[in-house]
Amino acid sequence: MYLEYRVDGGDFQASGQAAAGIKRTLRQIGIDAEVARRAAIVTYEAEMNIAIHAYLGTISIEILPERIIIQADDEGPGIADIPAAMQVGYSTATEDIREMGFGAGLGLPNMRRYSDEFEIESQVGVGTSVRAVIILPAKEGN
Amino acid sequence: MNHGVTMRDIVVKLGCEVMAGSEHLDNPVAFGYSSDLLSDVMAKVGLGDVWVTVQTHENIIAVGSITGVSGIIIAGGAAPLPPTVRRANEEGIPLLVTVKPSFEVIGILYHMGIKGRSEK
Repeated sequence: MYLEYRVDGGDFQASGQAAAGIKRTLRQIGIDAEVARRAAIVTYEAEMNIAIHAYLGTISIEILPERIIIQADDEGPGIADIPAAMQVGYSTATEDIREMGFGAGLGLPNMRRYSDEFEIESQVGVGTSVRAVIILPAKEGN
Repeated sequence: MNHGVTMRDIVVKLGCEVMAGSEHLDNPVAFGYSSDLLSDVMAKVGLGDVWVTVQTHENIIAVGSITGVSGIIIAGGAAPLPPTVRRANEEGIPLLVTVKPSFEVIGILYHMGIKGRSEK
């Protein structure tokens, strides 16, 4: 199963739609609630990162029998210092964004924490790609 | 979690206004959490918890829906924005508003038997 969502930079109203969609879909096909929650958290943080920092992005979610792959690609300013961005509390978000409760420097750390595999690539002035994989628990009888 | 508290009990105890999700006030409450940083809430709040915040924009409903909270309490008297109320009704999440500040709300919830998740 494959789902794809477009996320516009600065669009905080629509944010959360991909995360809500993935959670609903996973629950409908009988995926464990905690796994669905993790996938939704990773997706939500990816959406918010695009809304906060980028101009435009897509989130694609591939649901395979043994894993969920969440891929976020954006056109944006990119990340100059990825190790810094991965630290809890590090953020380049503006004061306006922070007042809304975003930009606390928890987004990327949350994505890594709730995924089983996590990769991030970025090119300054071009954009950022994040790939997160969540391994599905083996079904009984397999 | 054997206190048996529902969102309705909280409404009565706080004497607060229900802005949305009134048909879901029988939601049982598991634990409580309070934070105004959305990513922090996303990481820490659990299924069935009540969340206390001063944020009023509609992203609190996205966070509440994704994490599966029993209800959201906006403390400090700020009114939720109209899209927040609309989305809470769509998602079926009780949205309570009280003039009491977060500290007092949490104290009242604690006295009702609602604990933090780390105390379980």
